[in-house]
Amino acid sequence: MISVENLTKRYVTKTAIEGMSFRVEKGEILGFLGPNGAGKTTTMRIITGYMPSTEGSVKVDGFDVADQPLETRRRIGYLPENPPLYTEMTVKSYLNFVAKLKGVAGVKVDDDVSRAMERVSITDVQDRIIAKLSKGYKQRVGIAQALLNDPPVLILDEPTIGLDPKQIQEVRELIKSLAGSHTVVLSTHILPEVEQTCHRVIIIDKGKIVAVDTPQNLRSQIQGSARVFIEVDGPVGDVLAAMKGIPGVVDVRVATQGASQGTFHVDVEGGQDIRRELARTVVQGGWGLLALQSENMSLEDIFIKLTTAEETPAQTAS
Amino acid sequence: MRSIFVIAERELKTYFTSPIAYVVLTIFILLTGLVFSFFLGVMVESAGPRAMQAAQTGQPPEPLDMPGVIIQNSFNWVSFILMLILPMITMALFSEEKKRGTMELLLTAPVTDLQVVLGKFLGACAFYLILLATTLVHLAILVSVSDPARGPILAGYLGLILYGLALLAIGMFISTLTESQIVSVVLTFAVIMLLWLADAFTRGSSSSLAKAVSYLSILEHLNDFLVGVVSTSHVIFYLSLMLVGLFLTYRSLDSLRWRG
Repeated sequence: MISVENLTKRYVTKTAIEGMSFRVEKGEILGFLGPNGAGKTTTMRIITGYMPSTEGSVKVDGFDVADQPLETRRRIGYLPENPPLYTEMTVKSYLNFVAKLKGVAGVKVDDDVSRAMERVSITDVQDRIIAKLSKGYKQRVGIAQALLNDPPVLILDEPTIGLDPKQIQEVRELIKSLAGSHTVVLSTHILPEVEQTCHRVIIIDKGKIVAVDTPQNLRSQIQGSARVFIEVDGPVGDVLAAMKGIPGVVDVRVATQGASQGTFHVDVEGGQDIRRELARTVVQGGWGLLALQSENMSLEDIFIKLTTAEETPAQTAS
Repeated sequence: MRSIFVIAERELKTYFTSPIAYVVLTIFILLTGLVFSFFLGVMVESAGPRAMQAAQTGQPPEPLDMPGVIIQNSFNWVSFILMLILPMITMALFSEEKKRGTMELLLTAPVTDLQVVLGKFLGACAFYLILLATTLVHLAILVSVSDPARGPILAGYLGLILYGLALLAIGMFISTLTESQIVSVVLTFAVIMLLWLADAFTRGSSSSLAKAVSYLSILEHLNDFLVGVVSTSHVIFYLSLMLVGLFLTYRSLDSLRWRG
């Protein structure tokens, strides 16, 4: 439904995104995950046709965003980071305006607006002035606006920001209910959001894609390779060699190194618990076991690892 | 075409849901009312002495188109008042959209940039016409007591409309440059003042540059209209100024997209 090829956006002083390529299939919910300033908003703005790219192309439903902007925009419902609200209008008159702006036929405007309001449960505030609404309601008016004219593609920039936990849950349910009939791209920096709502995740950092996978795979990758922290009193080289010999150990890295003792991170395959073997090996070697602790890597950890570590594996992308 | 009207309609409604419309209308009606009643008073007072003078000399007074003089003077003042008022009509057009983030809505809607520009402009023009229409009250008063010549009145209104459209287009362009309505209104006012003073700066000089600069004087081109002469060159002047304003607005939106 959406295909992004080698997308690059350069400003005079900095490069916002570089060489980004990905596809979003019809009916899929794709999550954009990344720290602030990673290029999430820029990417979305280019897809929606708000902003031209420096290089590369974006196709939505077969139409090129740069060549046939009206065709692509007609197919996209867009919720920008700050909901674009004319706050002096009432909810209903605002949605009426947006519906007409999007080309909804005159007789269908009322139906379309009612439908969108029902979807995000704001029918009860339809006659209120937007400026007087709470932040959560404003955000929902913004989502309703994106749903008008029933576009097949929805681009939602941080859709749950500013909502209370109950509303967040509602919006996530709403997004999930849109899957299948709609293609959704949403950005967030909240990890559970991605796990709960998205079929696939793209982690981006500094304008580049660092990982693309399903949330389940990302998690199992992490859980599959459990990690143990161990501190040993003994010659570092010997200890390292001995631990590497234990079945199930994938990798051992030295964290700190003293004259005759060191701390190590031991990566273990397939969720096995090898703490007993580790302890036995250390004791059998005649060294002193000072600390032994299993480390759990959460999605947060991998996210931080992917987006902050210098030696980030450039292409974990599958 | 429908998109243009949709945008224009919202723009016009916005004037009336914010205090701007009422402030602007009040100031304009008050000032033009004062001007009109002042000239009306002057002419009525001068009627007595003129009749007396005629009786003394035994000759009929020189013919004088009193309603015509009142209208011409009033229009002159209206054009001046409009210099202060028009920047207030355009100040929010784009600056407010930029500030509120609604620009993103307009520029990602299935409408062209040109439709956005024309829609906004049409909305501002509609409000301006409503504003100008309030002066028809003065005209009605004059018509009820006298029979003013039609020509200068029609030409005068045509002139004021063209003059207004040109200034609105310039103001609209300036509103794309900033997120602040205050900056927008002050800058527009400054540019209009410069265009107004263009004539004063170059008076007495006969170089071709001076001629070119004085050609830009926005009020000079209005004079002929106010005495009932519709000359193509003045019509073209205002229309080109308007087109320049519209074109710059259009280009400015494009540049906004690039800069994000």
